[in-house]
Amino acid sequence: MATFNLSIVDWLILAIYFGFILGLGYYLKRFTKSQEDYFLAGRKNSAWVAGIAFLSANLGALELLGMTGNTYKYGMYVAHFYWIGAIPAMLFLGLYMMPFYYSSKIHSVPGYLKLRFDERTRVLNGIAFGVMTLLVSGINLYAMALVLRTFLGWDWNVSMWVSAATVAFYVTLSGLMSAIFTEIIQFFLIWFGLFLVTILGLVEIGGVSQVLTNIPASFGTLWSTSADASQNGMAITWAGIVLGLGFVLSFGYWTTDFLVVQRAFSAKNLRAARLTPIIASFPKMAVPVIVVLTGLIALILAKTPGSGFALLQDGGHVNYDSTLPLLIMRYYPHGLVGLGVSALLAGFMAGQAGNISAFNTVWTYDVYRAIINKNASDANLMWVGRISTVIGVVLSVVTAYWAKGFPSIMDYMQAIFSWVNAPLFATMLLGMFVVWITPAGAFWGLLAGMGTSIAMFLGVKFQWIDPARITLSNTASDMAVNFWRAWWAWLVCFLVTILISLFTEKKPKEELVGLVKGLTPETARDGIPFIKRPEFYAILSVVVLVVLNIYFW
Amino acid sequence: MKPIWYFVGLFLTATGIIVLASGVYDLFIPPEQKTVLADLHAGVWWGAVILFSGIAFFLANRKKTVE
Repeated sequence: MATFNLSIVDWLILAIYFGFILGLGYYLKRFTKSQEDYFLAGRKNSAWVAGIAFLSANLGALELLGMTGNTYKYGMYVAHFYWIGAIPAMLFLGLYMMPFYYSSKIHSVPGYLKLRFDERTRVLNGIAFGVMTLLVSGINLYAMALVLRTFLGWDWNVSMWVSAATVAFYVTLSGLMSAIFTEIIQFFLIWFGLFLVTILGLVEIGGVSQVLTNIPASFGTLWSTSADASQNGMAITWAGIVLGLGFVLSFGYWTTDFLVVQRAFSAKNLRAARLTPIIASFPKMAVPVIVVLTGLIALILAKTPGSGFALLQDGGHVNYDSTLPLLIMRYYPHGLVGLGVSALLAGFMAGQAGNISAFNTVWTYDVYRAIINKNASDANLMWVGRISTVIGVVLSVVTAYWAKGFPSIMDYMQAIFSWVNAPLFATMLLGMFVVWITPAGAFWGLLAGMGTSIAMFLGVKFQWIDPARITLSNTASDMAVNFWRAWWAWLVCFLVTILISLFTEKKPKEELVGLVKGLTPETARDGIPFIKRPEFYAILSVVVLVVLNIYFW
Repeated sequence: MKPIWYFVGLFLTATGIIVLASGVYDLFIPPEQKTVLADLHAGVWWGAVILFSGIAFFLANRKKTVE
């Protein structure tokens, strides 16, 4: 495998990028004076700033390398991750859940669990989230190292430690504020740096219509082949997509994962917080223009004799995650190569910085202050936040070596989400919308849901369980198993929580005001015209979603 | 402090200048190893798009400050 020889202009762009994000971290340090500034960016952000950061925190290795590679592997079904598997959940968060989150003035999602239920549920989720965050952060590091090795021939170890140190520097200095600022820079860099791959790929293939006619029929649809798992590239039925991805995994991630929700917490008021995920839904629906189209373009090129395009082989396996970097190598001349590499790095940095800033907040508030030092001062909490940032980065480097052993990043990511987020969504849903759910019900339900997911994961991995029993179909890809495992984990948590709540002590209603629907005043709408309300933008988003799904049916 | 859009403008302007300049250089002195579709000179027009976007962000926010 030939590596790229970066020219001086490519190095210059890379140097500008690194200098800019490090400089921003240093510049913002002077405005980071309190724990509110460090952990919640001062709660001063507009809906646009919070919204783009909300999306950008998610636009890491998962979106870029993993999804482009998965499109090559599974076809257009990957677009479900961006449409049915994201938009309804994002809108639900903005319209229905954000009032409970934002109005209770919590610092983290586990903080809500403490107010609604009790300390043990908060600590259970806080620790689970911390572990998950470090694992996901490790994936980002692994992906970064892949890019640096692919393009520059750098050593794995050096790549991981250098990139980790960069993120550690600016997050340690100014916390969430620098993470959000750099995420927005990264958002623009990703679009300007990678959209050109799609444009040039379409020029080479001959346009979107040529792309759709040159891929296998099962790779070019969203729903029309979903009745039979054997008829589509992902080997999954519509029920698995809707229940596993569209409902449990999507809602579990977008409505409860503190990595993204933290950006909405940084908004300046409730309206801006509600608008945050709704604004983010529009660019989210556009991301397949980069990842899905380029994945399909790569698939066609690989099957075209004489094109000279082939994915990397890694230990005898096809390295699907090399799809996007190889396309950049194919199309980009000097100058643009530096931009493309910077864009990829930006995507990974955004994801990693997001994970680390979420980790330091949850660790500081939901583990340190909850268990170790209940009377910690403002200065002490900021100090702990900075220390935990460094420790978190080091631990994520360690987990990166574990992530390296998996053939596809995305499959691994979904496995992690179904351990933590899927059951948590059941807990949150019941907690926010059902008054009589009890602390004991929430705790044991959450534990049972997490246990179910882990047991299924281990059962399939060590072949104790036939995957067909989980997916309810004879054809089951790894992705299908992930979707269905998330569904069962959610269902077990949901049912156990209800069952135990029927027989255990409820919290007094006066302690639940502002936390549960029915005991919370409706959001004030006086004086705000309809076209400025979150509901209006949510309707627009739904219309775009429906049109896209019908067009690519 | 300066709004984030100001920094977006600065960054895109700097990047756009370099990509555009590199594209123009390749236009007159083509590289020995050509990429696929090199004849489209993507560096020139894409660099211009980045540069103008950066200038627009920079000019619109150069006098603004946020809390």
